[in-house]
Amino acid sequence: MSGFGNAFSSSIGKKFIMGITGLFLILFLIVHCGINALIFINDGGLTFNVGAHFMATNWIIRAGEVVLFIGLLVHIFQALRLTLENQKARPVKYAVNDGKANSKWYSRSMGLLGTLLLIFLVVHLKDFWVVSRFTGIPTVDANGHEDLYAVMKEKFQDPVRVAVYILAMFSLCYHLLHGFASAFQTLGWNHSKYNGIIKGAGVWYSIIISILFAAMPIAVYFGLIQ
Amino acid sequence: MSTGNMNLTLKVWRQKNNNAKGALVDYKLADISPDMSFLEMFDVLNEQLINKGEEPVVFDHDCREGICGMCSMFINGRPHGPKDLVTTCQLHMRSFKDGDTIVVEPWRAAAFPVVKDLTVDRSAFDRVIAAGGFISVNTGNAQDANNLPIPKMQADAAFEAAACIGCGACVATCKNASAMLFVSAKISQLALLPQGQPERYRRVQSMVAQMDAEGFGNCTNTGACEAECPKGISLENIARMNRDFASAKFISEETV
Repeated sequence: MSGFGNAFSSSIGKKFIMGITGLFLILFLIVHCGINALIFINDGGLTFNVGAHFMATNWIIRAGEVVLFIGLLVHIFQALRLTLENQKARPVKYAVNDGKANSKWYSRSMGLLGTLLLIFLVVHLKDFWVVSRFTGIPTVDANGHEDLYAVMKEKFQDPVRVAVYILAMFSLCYHLLHGFASAFQTLGWNHSKYNGIIKGAGVWYSIIISILFAAMPIAVYFGLIQ
Repeated sequence: MSTGNMNLTLKVWRQKNNNAKGALVDYKLADISPDMSFLEMFDVLNEQLINKGEEPVVFDHDCREGICGMCSMFINGRPHGPKDLVTTCQLHMRSFKDGDTIVVEPWRAAAFPVVKDLTVDRSAFDRVIAAGGFISVNTGNAQDANNLPIPKMQADAAFEAAACIGCGACVATCKNASAMLFVSAKISQLALLPQGQPERYRRVQSMVAQMDAEGFGNCTNTGACEAECPKGISLENIARMNRDFASAKFISEETV
């Protein structure tokens, strides 16, 4: 073996990839959630549309979008590969297995939560990303920007869609509750001086991000914002 | 052996050999003493089976003092049963109630094939150790221990990692049948001490490669291993192994 050898194909290397892409997606969610939260300024979406226009036209952001999709796909395929390998590692299951005695249900259900998020993501990308990048946003706002806010208002009139988005944010919250601290542990950042900060930040991050995202369809559906 | 007043129903995994199909078999036990250990209760069962001319249940055990790491029963869905920080031999029947049904299964992992009944082949662990879980020293007189000052915290952490008895409860309870807690403990006990430094980065690569070759699963940080470990081995060891692995692969110029 020479050079990096099996650095990324070994069991620990595969975990590194999950952790690094996971942290990258965690950073992305901050940007995504921050820009979307501009709708709460309650100015008919004018500020939000400025943000959306910037995200859609700035070339650095567009290049970042490619990296984002690569990161997302690597996270998904690596998870799939790990899940299949892990199932092979225990071909005969236990008749009785008391998992709740030693671990949190969501830490054992990352694959399920991730799959729910993937299904949601397909719906979500079709709802907004495909519209803004490909089929086109039909109207413009007072500033002459593409009125993505109007698209949002229209989409979230459908109670089924609102319910799907809220349920997906429960999945996101639990996925992050495990994933955030888990990524640090995987990358070796387990230190008595920082563990409390990492765990605490993970819990706050998961809850705040999920609630902010879930508040968006709720606010639009109930007409809490203009 | 003293008799007691507990009546139990056991559901025990019986499997003739590795190729045979196994199944849970019911056994009724009467007059079990709450002071018996779990293995003594199995001794009573086996005496009864032998007296009836039936095949006794095969299970691993050796010291029965909680230090050898041989006993390996998955009891009611948990390795070594319901108590924390004990091995099956140190589990007593007072931890159960009269009339209980107790399900006993072998460790389940592709890397731990069933030999017979509740006995599994854990030689995969031996091969992981043989891949690098040692230090190479020249023979001759041992030098004075005080020649190598070791900070107390460091020595304690190494000692805590060295408490691992290699029973395999971590693999048994992990949803992925991952051996990372065991391997990381065996790496850490040497990585924390000066004697372990010369081979530190070679060791982590060799042992992880052997762990993967044995067919153990990949860690997903559920923490079940740490919670079930009879010796309380910490997840910190896994983080340390991951750090050492990263250093070995991305920083060290030495290749294995």
